Amino acid sequence: MEVPRVQDHSSAKGGGVSALQRLFKFHGGVKPAYNKEASTGLPIAVAPTPTQLVIPLHQSIGGMPRPLVSAGEHVLKGQRIGGADGNVSSAVHASTSGKVLAVEMRLMPHTSGLSAMCVILEPDGRDEWIPRQPFDYRNATPTETRDYLRDAGVVGLGGAVFPSYLKLNPGKQGKLDTLVLNGAECEPFITCDDLLMRERAEATLKGAVIMREILGAGQVLIGIEDNKPEAIAAMEIAARAANAAAGDSSIRVVSVPTRYPAGGAKQLIRVLTGIEVPHGKRSTDYGVQCFNVGTAYAIYEAIALGQPLISRIVTIAGNVRRARNYEVPFGTPMRDLVTLCDPLPDSDRVIMGGPMMGLLMPADSVPVVKATNCVLIGSKALFPAPPPEMPCIRCGECAKVCPADLLPFEMYWFSRAKIFGKAQEYNLFDCIECGCCAYVCPSHIPLVDYYRFAKSEIWARELEKESADVARERYEFRLLREEREKQEKAAKLAAKTAAGREKAAAALAEAEKPATTPEEDAKKALIAAALERARAQQAQARPENTDNLTPEQQAEVAAIEARRAEIREMAKPHVRQSD
Amino acid sequence: MLEAILVMALGAVVLGAALGYAAVRFRVEGDPLVEKIDAILPQTQCGQCGFPGCKPYAEAIAKGEAEINQCPPGGDEGIHKLADLLGREFKSLSAEHGIEKPKSVAVIDEQACIGCTLCIQACPVDAIVGAAKQMHTVVAQQCTGCELCLPPCPVNCITMEPIAESVENWKWKYPVFKITPAQKAAV
Repeated sequence: MEVPRVQDHSSAKGGGVSALQRLFKFHGGVKPAYNKEASTGLPIAVAPTPTQLVIPLHQSIGGMPRPLVSAGEHVLKGQRIGGADGNVSSAVHASTSGKVLAVEMRLMPHTSGLSAMCVILEPDGRDEWIPRQPFDYRNATPTETRDYLRDAGVVGLGGAVFPSYLKLNPGKQGKLDTLVLNGAECEPFITCDDLLMRERAEATLKGAVIMREILGAGQVLIGIEDNKPEAIAAMEIAARAANAAAGDSSIRVVSVPTRYPAGGAKQLIRVLTGIEVPHGKRSTDYGVQCFNVGTAYAIYEAIALGQPLISRIVTIAGNVRRARNYEVPFGTPMRDLVTLCDPLPDSDRVIMGGPMMGLLMPADSVPVVKATNCVLIGSKALFPAPPPEMPCIRCGECAKVCPADLLPFEMYWFSRAKIFGKAQEYNLFDCIECGCCAYVCPSHIPLVDYYRFAKSEIWARELEKESADVARERYEFRLLREEREKQEKAAKLAAKTAAGREKAAAALAEAEKPATTPEEDAKKALIAAALERARAQQAQARPENTDNLTPEQQAEVAAIEARRAEIREMAKPHVRQSD
Repeated sequence: MLEAILVMALGAVVLGAALGYAAVRFRVEGDPLVEKIDAILPQTQCGQCGFPGCKPYAEAIAKGEAEINQCPPGGDEGIHKLADLLGREFKSLSAEHGIEKPKSVAVIDEQACIGCTLCIQACPVDAIVGAAKQMHTVVAQQCTGCELCLPPCPVNCITMEPIAESVENWKWKYPVFKITPAQKAAV
């Protein structure tokens, strides 16, 4: 598969910035219509602040942040409104200053059409920042830097929104060989990274330098698809300046062939370094870590300017007259952005992301979040409904284009038949859902939909199994505990009875023992006298109706007395025992 | 002739010793079949099957004393898995043991709770916290939805609430292709 290729970029003369770089090829891939020109004509504009911001608390992979504000509170721009919760989580901040109207469930930018906790913010128009201070990462421990970035809400802006602080970990060996900066941006229509690199190349490079220092990476490779010559030129100038400042040539801009999905992390690493990260391994195991260029810029803002992540560049494209990139504060309704770009009247849907991997939004009122790289407006004419799904003819086209080197048709059959174990055996979880297989399928099978279905079913089952295991463990512990408690109770009871017997025996021994003190003797004599008196009284108080009795009556009384005596005799040992 | 008998006898002794050693050395603790059945059962410990927990039911199935269709929380899927494991015929869930319900958790109305601890004693997985004359509450993550805490409650303050679908636990649906009249005609 390895296709050595000498890179011959025209501006390769500049001091090793884009020096001859041997490139590799990833398996498969497709070349869809790119449609990027429409949104690259105009520079990035700042989107107007809407009248109400709906900022979802859950904007990254991992745990849902805890809300830190409540209704009625006044917040400043950049103030933390959601605190990271758990090991994998990232903070959320107010995009502008204003009043918190509510913390409530609102519709999320998610295909499910479900709601989640959001902070509703009414901007006060002053756009007043919190005090901002650069973070001195050079004098901070790696843990402090990572905690700072977690609380600054920096997540991967390429689309996966994985908390960046977790990726800024050089791993066991303590340093990495290569930091890959992903500026490939392979998905059609999307140009936000392109415009970022054109306009903010210097800041992006500064972010890359910070990341490189944290990771201890030897070289920085910036991979950009060759359909973005302006971005390549701008990044080369910035890279040259950064190299000159550092006095070496370790930062290189590499133009990579345009082929979808060259912007996949594993695919770009493959193209730039030739390393193919195998199943179940991480790229850091091979000394490589990959970040999106937007993430590098966000890290620069967080560390050098002290600004948390509160906005991002979003491409608005598709069925609109004026496609453009906007710097959008998080929480802005997508509808507002669409209106800015003059949508055509037949627009009927909003997609977050591109046409290959994007997600259909339940409504255009959903807010822009950290994962929103593109708001794509669709219509029946632009994205016609796919033709009816036909049976798989086993042509193997999908396997030819799969960039993860999987067998999509096998995974499709097993997912369709709900034989999830088999689908997993074919490495379903290595599928990056790029959509190449569905793109080339002559039977128009929505393959990715089947993979997504199978993946979420497998996840749900896994979770169910985990909770069943916990329940079993807890149940068994309860049984054990009940048994133990029973034994403890029995032991306690036995101890109590034994103690009682001992006490009785002691009392008896006490009575038999001769008196030790004259006082006790006196007391005992008194008691004995009293007892004697009582006995005498009892003897005197004889029943008066027993004098003149017939012999039969006397016999009867004698029998009763005898029975009583017998009963007393019988009762004696029992009374002793139960004492 | 004698040699042949001796060789065979020697072989029998050697193999017998090897087998005997293996039986001791690789002894299997417990019944692996019971473990396998227990792994399929949902571990709600609800007792709807007529046994005092999932493990006793698994043991009864392994001994052939119980049918495989007595577990309502496991549902038809669980019965299918048991049928596959045991090579038995699939049977639909037996009605006398209950019906399959959506997964729920118990919720205590904390205003009405009188703190009697009866539900705490009934919970098979210790998922209810509280003390005498103190308010009780259910740890939702650990609740298996067995409903065993419902009958002992003297003030009926416990209700079962189905687990709502959220963005976190939402699942992609099975792709269904809608056939419209026009496409029908075309086909």
